[in-house]
Order: sequence, then structure tokens, then C-alpha cells
Amino acid sequence: MSNARKTLLAFAAIAVLLLIIGFAQSWNVSLGILNLCLISAVMALGVNMQWGYAGLLNVGVMGFAALGGVSAVLVSQAPVVEAWDASWGRLLIAAICFIATVAAALFCYRRLPRGRTRNLALTFTIVAGLALTRLFLDPAISSIEAIEPAKTGFLGGMGLPIILSWLFGGLIAAGIAWCIGKVALGLRADYLAIATLGISEIIIAVLKNEDWLTRGVKNVTGLSRPVPYEIDLQGSAWFIDFTRWLYGGTLANLDGDAQQQALKQFVIDGSSIFVKVCYTGLFAAVLLVVLLLSVRALNSPWGRMMRAIRDNEIAAGAMGKDVTRRHLEIFVIGSAVIGIAGAMLTTLDGQFTPTSYQPLRYTFLIWVMVIVGGSGNNMGSVLGGFLIWLVWIEAEPVGVWLMQVGTGWLDEGNVVRIHLIENAQHMRLFFMGLVLLLVLRFSPGGILPEVVRRRK
Amino acid sequence: MEAVTDFINALVLVLNFVVVPGLSYGSQLALGALGITLVFGILRFANFAHGDTMAFGTMVTILVTWWLQSKGVNLGPLPTALLALPAGILLTILLLVVTDKTVYRYYRHRRAVPVTFMIASMGVMFMTNGIVRFVIGPNDQRFDDGERFIVHARDFKDLSGLSEGLSIKVSQGLTIVIAIILVVLLFWFLQRTRTGKAMRAYSDNEDLALLSGVDPDRVVLVTWIIAAILATIAGTLYGLDKSFKPFTYLQLLLPMFAAAIVGGIGNPVGAILGGYVIAFSEVMVTYAYKKVFIYLLPQSLEPAGLLQLLSTDYKFAVSFVILVLVLLVRPTGILRGKVL
Repeated sequence: MSNARKTLLAFAAIAVLLLIIGFAQSWNVSLGILNLCLISAVMALGVNMQWGYAGLLNVGVMGFAALGGVSAVLVSQAPVVEAWDASWGRLLIAAICFIATVAAALFCYRRLPRGRTRNLALTFTIVAGLALTRLFLDPAISSIEAIEPAKTGFLGGMGLPIILSWLFGGLIAAGIAWCIGKVALGLRADYLAIATLGISEIIIAVLKNEDWLTRGVKNVTGLSRPVPYEIDLQGSAWFIDFTRWLYGGTLANLDGDAQQQALKQFVIDGSSIFVKVCYTGLFAAVLLVVLLLSVRALNSPWGRMMRAIRDNEIAAGAMGKDVTRRHLEIFVIGSAVIGIAGAMLTTLDGQFTPTSYQPLRYTFLIWVMVIVGGSGNNMGSVLGGFLIWLVWIEAEPVGVWLMQVGTGWLDEGNVVRIHLIENAQHMRLFFMGLVLLLVLRFSPGGILPEVVRRRK
Repeated sequence: MEAVTDFINALVLVLNFVVVPGLSYGSQLALGALGITLVFGILRFANFAHGDTMAFGTMVTILVTWWLQSKGVNLGPLPTALLALPAGILLTILLLVVTDKTVYRYYRHRRAVPVTFMIASMGVMFMTNGIVRFVIGPNDQRFDDGERFIVHARDFKDLSGLSEGLSIKVSQGLTIVIAIILVVLLFWFLQRTRTGKAMRAYSDNEDLALLSGVDPDRVVLVTWIIAAILATIAGTLYGLDKSFKPFTYLQLLLPMFAAAIVGGIGNPVGAILGGYVIAFSEVMVTYAYKKVFIYLLPQSLEPAGLLQLLSTDYKFAVSFVILVLVLLVRPTGILRGKVL
């Protein structure tokens, strides 16, 4: 079967599944899954750029997604004026100290000759500089955290529309990725994997503990939205009229009070679906833009160069390609896309909870999406994002149902039966691993393998 | 005289909060890192599933421990888990051998690149993690029993007349003793036995070893068996010392990788050294030295802050920073391992 036909078939299958969920469970659930499918697809596209185009093993997806998440907070929350007033002077000095430390360390590294003197000078600069920074930063932090710790206790954000955070999240992720890439990209694939794994854990640790910046484990809830609120919709005349028009047939059969009641219920249900559809539109737009750019990039001379480097670094180097530089480039771009997806995710949730970032869900699941979908193929990653997210969500009810049926011959109160049903949700991890291993073994290209064009 | 007591008090403080925890945590890391480094040396890939292998072995041990406890079997002052260990080890060996036969062997025979092995190990990690959570659940489990302390803080204070106490938990003492025994056995095996020598030869130069008649399947099998033994024991000791939670074991992966690489990956001595380096830096950087300096310095110079370099939540950051430093300065690790 050709890739184009397979793509069509696969997406049709997913659409049918979503429709089935819509009819069987509810449209709210179905649209909720679709929204997360779209976000997962964007994230998978980011990983696919790094792994599929360039063969870089980034096991720190979680960290970049969390950076996107925190950018949603930093962009959209209103600034806490008292906190800034209390601390801006010290913060400024601390920032200057930090920048000076980095500059001095870089100067030592670049200008001094290799050897013991350089190592000593570097160590001294870094230790002294960081101590100096903390001298100003520590009191600033305690003055920030002292201001209404139950409500704010952090610096707040910029008070801008949250949709800007999608861009900002991409930029933050790109910046951090540049720093990591500078350090880790010269090494072989295994080291990059372990290094990115470590970085992502550190990013999460920082987000959990630096209360002055992110409120830490106290979470930031009630983020603003790029779409209307349900409660506003329910009160607005045009939405009620719209619902009346939409359900005109059903409503005409009822009269008086019953009609009013039914209309009210339709408006309440409709408002939450309307909000989800708005999100779907926004996410789909982002996905389309990213997908379009990815496809164009992959088919451009730049994309060809990337694949050439991936397939044979030495040959590409001999042809004059700057391998390390290109790797850095694609690492930064891919991480930015992951950051964008992370910001979208936090926007959808409406809250930022650092403890919710777990490597199995945010790093390894995305990897399953890319491998199963087809690494090196953009449509494949999108498909993987949709398919795996759908399976991941629906595996829970299906697993519980299977356990219930499978243990039907046991007593209602049987300890084993209760345990199996209670823990059935964890079997989806097992199932994901199995899918990954099966695809890797029997169809290493994934569902939609990479298209290799050859001159006839 | 008072100066001397103060000095001894400071020493006991450091011993109690830095040296003893560092030694026991370091031994646990070292055993874990040994498994990673052996797999890397023989099979040539970084095994992401190692943390979950530890969790699996510990889980089996815990289940058998609970069963023994319900039968009233115990070891007196020692934890019952020691009796249950062989069962845990056996099942973990079974798990690893089965995964090798079903997953890794195929790629080995095709001579796949290490990255493929790594991704396969992610799949194995998922599956093992799923099994562990399915069987025992994602929550904290306690299974320690018997005596809690070898040296009790209050007894120590009464005995020595010092104002600082020293306490050594049974789990900490056990960890150190068992780690020493295991390491001695492992090195005896690697240096003296035929199979051990074959393993070292295979790790050093695969083609040459094959030409000399080393059976690769046997070498790989023995490697997995050793990895299973080390992982189960390390996991059980960690669980006795702290507590068992599947997610914590997944997170242990990073310090174990760091230990293996810092010491020189593929080099068993390096893994042990790396384990202690990582453990001691984690403990030392996150310990608040205020009390130590109160003893050491005259009253006028008493420190105002906690004198803690980093909050304890940044433990991972410490192991990672060391990892990066070693990669930049000396990519082969402290004791020359393989260059990745």
C-alpha cells in the first residue's frame, strides 16, 4: 500500500474512532481527546525533527514541555507589583552578577591556555561569582516569597494574552536547548540521551523549588484563556439564539417550561463543547503551520543535508558540512516546537502543576508516538501522536472492562479481582512498551515509513 | 579540653549526617552502576530499563517477604527481606533472560547500532514498569522489620558523653557489608574464573574473543544473570534503607548512569568509584553545615545562614553537573573506560 493511501486510511480510522467515542461516551470526551491528540502531534513533530531528520536522541522532552508550560505562567499572569517593588534592586544586581560570572568564565575558558591554571581560574570564577549572586538573590527571594504566600508569593508574569506564551515558550525552550546543545552535542548519541534525561529532571526540579519564579508545588491555577469562558457564553444572547437555532427541531416539540428547561440544558452542554471546538481550531492551526513548515524543510536542500548527516556523519563532514553546527540548529528548532506544544498544553489545562511532569508520560510516550508513527516522516509523527494518545486514553476504560469481564468467574468481593480491576490502568504502560517493541522489531520504519526518493 | 570536645562533636555530626548516609547510598548506587556498566561493556548499550529491573526484583522480594512475615518466619534482628532475596533474584534473572531472548538477541544477531538497543530498552522499561505498577501499585511500600539500629543515637551519647549522637541503621550497615561481599565475589569471578575471563575478553575486543572460541551467547547470558543479581540486591537494600516506590526507582536511573560514566563506563572498578563520588557529592552539597561550624568556630564567628550549598531537592542536579564536568574534562571517566 502506498504511503498516501495508508495516511488517508489511518486518519479515517482515527476519525471513526473519535466519532464512536463521541456517540458512545460523550462529545465532550471525544473533543477533549482530539485536543490532546493535536498537542501530542505537535510534540511528536518536534521529536521527529531531532530524531527522524538528524538522528539526535533527545530523552528530555519532558523538560522542554515544562519550559513551555512555565512560559504560559510568565506571560499571562498579572505581575505582582508589591513583589517587584520589594525586590527589583537586588534582583537587578543579582542578574548583573550572574551575567558577569558567565562572561568571566567564558573569557577564562577561551583566552587562557589549556591546563591547570585555566581549570583553577575557571573554578574560582564560577564559585566566587555564584556566591556573589546568591548574596543578592537570597534576600530578594525571601522578600518576594514573603508577600501573601497563600495567594501569590511569586513575581507573577507579564500580564499579556496567554496565546503569546506559545511563541514565548518556543523561544525559552530554544534558548535552553542552545545551552544544552553547546555542551552535549559534540558527544556520541548515548551521551546526549543521558545528558538530556538529566537536564529534564533538573528543569523540573527548578520549577518545583524556585517558588519566587513559578510558585513551585503550590501550583498556579486559573490561568487566563485565549477562548471564551463557558459561564460568559451561557449568559450571552447570541449563543442562546445560536443554540435555539441549532436545536430548533427538538425544542419545537416541547412547550412552556419544558422548552425553557431543555434550552437551558442545551446551552450548558453546548457552551463547554463550543469552548473545546475553539481550542481545537487554535491547536489545529498551529499543527498545520508546523507541519507545513516541517514538510517544506524536509524536502528542501537543508532537509537533504540533514538526512545526509544523519546517515553518514563522516561523509557529510568530508563534503564540507559543519556537522556539529547543523546538529545544534536542529536540536534548537525541535526543542522550540516541543516548547510550543508544552505551552499549548498548559493553556488547555488552565493551570501549571510542576509535579504533573513525569518522564513516562512526557518523554517516553512521545517517543513511542514517533517510533510507531514512523520516524523521519512528518505525517507519520502526526499519525503516531493521534493514534498513541487515543490508545493511551482509551486503554484505561478498556483495560478495566477487560479485567472485569476476565475475572467475572470470581466473586464480587474477591481480593484478587478487586486488585486486578483497581490496577488495570497501569497495564497501559505494559501495552505501550509492547507496541513499541513490536513496531521496532517487525516494522522498524513505523506505520508510515520515511519516503526515500531515488533518482531513476 | 572544651575545644577538643567541640571538635569531636563536629566530627560525629559529619560522620552521622554525611559519611554514614553517603557510604550506604554510595554502595547502593555502586551496585546499580555495576549492572549498567557490565551491560554496557558486554552488550554495548546504555540500558534504560535498569532502574525498573531493580524495581521488579525489589517487588518480588517484597511480596515474598510479606508472605514469610504472614507465616511468622523472621530473621530476628535482621530484616526478613534477606530470606526473600533469592526468590527475587531468581525471578529477575528469568525476566532479564526472557527479555534478552525475545528482544535484544534479534538486534545482536543483526549487529544493530547501539541506539536501536537503547530504544528497545525504553520499550522494556515501559513493560517492566507496567508490570511492577500492576502487581504492587504505584504507592510507597514498607517491608522492613527486625532491629532498626545497630548504634542508637541515645546509647552513643550516653556511652561517649558527647552532645551529638551517632546512629547507624541496620539497613545501612547491611548495605555496606553486602556491597563489599558482592564486589569481592564479582571481582574474583571476573579475574579468576574461565567465564569471567571470557567476559572481559569479549568486552575488550569482541572479534578477537570470538576467534579465540568464546561463546557469545554464554557470555551474554552470564552478564544478564549478574546484572539481575546486582540490581535485585541494590534495589532491595535501597528499599530497606528508604522505602519502595516504583517511580523513585525510575529516577535512580540518572545517578546510576552518572556513576557509571563518571567512573569510566565499561570499567567495574570505575562504577564503584563513581557510585561513591556521586553519593558523597549529593550528600555533601545538600547538607546544611551550620551546626558543624558552630562547634568549630568561636562564638563570635557563628554563621548566620544554614550554610547549605543547595537545597536537597537539587540532588539530581548535583549528579548531573558532575556528569557534565567529567564529560567535558575527561570523557573516558576517572578510570579510563570506553570512549562512547
